[in-house]
Amino acid sequence: MSTQIENLKSYDPFAEADDDSGQTKQTQEYIHIRIQQRNGRKTLTTVQGIPSKFDHKKILKAIKKEFACNGTIISDSEMGEVIQLQGDQRSKIREFLTDSEGGLGLDEKTIKVHGF
Amino acid sequence: MSAEEPTKRTSRKSVAFTEEQIVVDADGSVTMVASNNDETTAMSHTPRTPPLSEALGAFTDAPAAADAAPVDAPLTEDAGDGLDLSLLKKKKKKVKTEAAAEDGDEAAPAGGDEGVDLTMKKKKKKKVVKEDEFAKKLEALKLEGKDDEEAAAAAAADSDVQEGDMEKGTGIWQHDETKTINYDLLTERFFALLSQKNPDHASSGTRSYKIPPPQCLREGNKKTIFANLPEICKRMKRADEHVTAYLFAELGTNGSVDGSRRLVIKGRFQQKQIENVLRTYIIEYVTCKTCRSPNTELSKGENRLYFITCNSCGSRRSVQAIKTGFSAQVGKRRKNKV
Repeated sequence: MSTQIENLKSYDPFAEADDDSGQTKQTQEYIHIRIQQRNGRKTLTTVQGIPSKFDHKKILKAIKKEFACNGTIISDSEMGEVIQLQGDQRSKIREFLTDSEGGLGLDEKTIKVHGF
Repeated sequence: MSAEEPTKRTSRKSVAFTEEQIVVDADGSVTMVASNNDETTAMSHTPRTPPLSEALGAFTDAPAAADAAPVDAPLTEDAGDGLDLSLLKKKKKKVKTEAAAEDGDEAAPAGGDEGVDLTMKKKKKKKVVKEDEFAKKLEALKLEGKDDEEAAAAAAADSDVQEGDMEKGTGIWQHDETKTINYDLLTERFFALLSQKNPDHASSGTRSYKIPPPQCLREGNKKTIFANLPEICKRMKRADEHVTAYLFAELGTNGSVDGSRRLVIKGRFQQKQIENVLRTYIIEYVTCKTCRSPNTELSKGENRLYFITCNSCGSRRSVQAIKTGFSAQVGKRRKNKV
């Protein structure tokens, strides 16, 4: 009961408006998962737009261990920090991003998987 | 429901259906005239024939209907007939027979079927729908099935079994036949005729948007040629450049267009893969989100935004511009600078 009241108190119309605009901006910023062909059968997976509240380095470390692949973080001037992984990891990384327990627990709608 | 009502209260039934029937009739005459001139002759007989035969006349050859109409007119009068034209109602009531009630039962559903069909026709008429293979297949299937059915019916040769040639109008399909036709048979006939006369409509329920499959050839070892891109773009009513840009953005490559307007994509891609990308393109940039119709137009509206305008429902929505995201540097050489 007391928690409910606290929640109500925290409702400040102006703060909310500010917060809301930030939110919409964030929902528009999709996380893009792309695939690129390299020579032969080899491919690269790039993950672009992971929110900055997450530690990219730690994510990469976890991913590398889980997917058994190598990867780097590339800081692009336009796209920000991009995680680049070896091989086609699109479905795996999507699961990782949406998984609320072992992963980041992001909303499915914010993720866009590109490629064939 | 409509079949049950008449048995209980005949008088009420005629009142309930009068308006509806007329509406259908009006619809029918409008569409019939447009589709086939001969059918106007059939329509002229409709006041004297029950709606069932009217439906038949509309679909089967008009002359046959015209021939049959005078014969069956005196035999079949019923409440269902009265619904057809309110003016002739009095005449009909005089010669009411027992068969009338029975006939009325079957006439009502038939009329309903017709009504559904006509409204469909009216809607679809404006669109110029290309005949697709699926419709043909469906028709073939239907015809086959019907033949089988007829053979089976003939083999049984029983009074119970409803037989007769639908096309020729014999047996159960005769105009002066007063026996109730099974619902199965009626629906079968409805769909058979529909697929026969209007193949476009027959497939409307499960009408799928068809584009020719992309033709992929391999050029050398590292390039893929997408041969029928212009054809597909034409089908989707989109600019080649737009589709090309989308393909490149999604596949994470680049490429060029060769002399015969074929698209050369860097990298090895299979037909299936290109197909998938095209599918997403269609979902995002072609189909209308409101009515799912692919009959849309992409235009550059104000503010440099792209808009999709639906031609069938008129809705308009903005779509995102195609953006190429981050592309990792592949290969040894960097592109021009850091």
